[in-house]
Amino acid sequence: MTETLSASNNQIIVEASNVHKYFGDHHVLKGIDMHVHQGEVVVIIGPSGSGKSTFLRCLNHLEKIDEGRIRFNGKLVGYKEVKGRLVELRESEIAKQRRDIGMVFQLFNLFPHLTALENIAAAPINVLKQDKEEARQNARRLLKLVGLPEKEQAYPPQLSGGQQQRVAIARALAMNPKVMLFDEPTSALDPEMINEVLDVMIDLSQQGMTMIVVTHEIGFARAAADRIVFMDDGQIVEEATPENFFNNPQHNRTRLFLSRILH
Amino acid sequence: MNWDWEAFFQYLFSPYLLRGAWVTIWLTIASMAIGLLLGFITALMRMSSNPVLNGIARFYTWLWRGTPLLVQLIIIFTGLPQLGIKLTVVQSALIGLGVNEGAYISEIIRAGIQSVSKGQFDAARAVGMDFPTMMRVVVLPQAARVIIPPLGNNFNGLLKTSSLASVISMEELLRRSQMLIQIRFKVLEIFIVVAIYYLILTTIWGFVQRYLEAHFGRAYVAQTSVKQKGLVTSESEAEIEKTLLEHDAR
Repeated sequence: MTETLSASNNQIIVEASNVHKYFGDHHVLKGIDMHVHQGEVVVIIGPSGSGKSTFLRCLNHLEKIDEGRIRFNGKLVGYKEVKGRLVELRESEIAKQRRDIGMVFQLFNLFPHLTALENIAAAPINVLKQDKEEARQNARRLLKLVGLPEKEQAYPPQLSGGQQQRVAIARALAMNPKVMLFDEPTSALDPEMINEVLDVMIDLSQQGMTMIVVTHEIGFARAAADRIVFMDDGQIVEEATPENFFNNPQHNRTRLFLSRILH
Repeated sequence: MNWDWEAFFQYLFSPYLLRGAWVTIWLTIASMAIGLLLGFITALMRMSSNPVLNGIARFYTWLWRGTPLLVQLIIIFTGLPQLGIKLTVVQSALIGLGVNEGAYISEIIRAGIQSVSKGQFDAARAVGMDFPTMMRVVVLPQAARVIIPPLGNNFNGLLKTSSLASVISMEELLRRSQMLIQIRFKVLEIFIVVAIYYLILTTIWGFVQRYLEAHFGRAYVAQTSVKQKGLVTSESEAEIEKTLLEHDAR
């Protein structure tokens, strides 16, 4: 479908096919198909309630799916297939899969009882069983990377929203993920803090990180996205390069949405 | 005035009563440990989606919170031998107090865990933590801040409630004082001494508790006015309060 768009010889790293998801009677995802290649930056946009955050949470199995397949590096995420049916993996096996999939949340979700440095080093020490000093050194390097070298001893509530989100990005990077998921990373931020977070994300994309980003930040989409996916009502309506997407949208629903956000 | 100061001071420093106080201390600590373990397991079962585990946990808390501890102790020590289950006094006291405590503690721990916001669970899972790691590194340290005050209150209560074990002839503080009375009928002197002993124990515990609360709240003290959204919901605070009141009403 989108091979020409991504124009990439890189291998597919995330692959979703015919993903359905219900919350009770509410059909949230209605057959999502998506391929993301190594090194690609995909931005998912769409009106609220369109299912984009839910889809992102399915990619690392924070949400179960009711139908379809999600594969990461060719392996099913959260499930194994037994006689054509999905059977959920054990918690510990799912946890192992999540090590390679970093995630950044709208409300940061830093661990409030740990310092910035401890937030970043917690998973490497407790999950990867890294040497503590080595993990702390790496955490310091990552704090520098996100521009907060002086904040290692700060507790999350002592940091501004933008700073918390940058620590959260560093925390996800500490696991050396192969793909990073961003769930509306700037939606909860005051306007003056949005750019400090987007700058870190743009840096990351330029270093070749594979990224799937749910956002309303059109500036970021234009600057960093290889491809934009427009979701509405649990379906992918349209996907295109940023240029085509903003200048030459194909579908009415896309045009309507764009007219609302680009005054 | 019919008050014997000599007898009072004699009892105040009586090694016999002191040893009884020591029994009260270890009986309380051991019962609390049993209660904590049972309470934690029960809390996890209550939050499990498995209906069988959930049902067992509900049944346990329902049964033990719905019957008096005194009756439970008598059934365990005096009644069970009828079924061929013979337990020593110490075993009966530990089981009776510990299992009863577990029923109350499970509600406190459950409320504490539920006070940790869903985003914390998401974040812990997203960095690849399995359930035990998530509990140990992320959830329990945060829940502790909410759990420790009511838990401390329970410990204080248990120091005193352990005196119920005297009815199954556990030689703790109260039982020993009753035995002394049978030698010399200095009723008021002895029981005032016993009351002072309990008062000292609960006062010392008060200091320990204050230290623990400061320890687990340390990350939250010297902080700016930025409030963590949804960290402790008012709903869970209300639930803890309810548990507390029920406990006090025992």
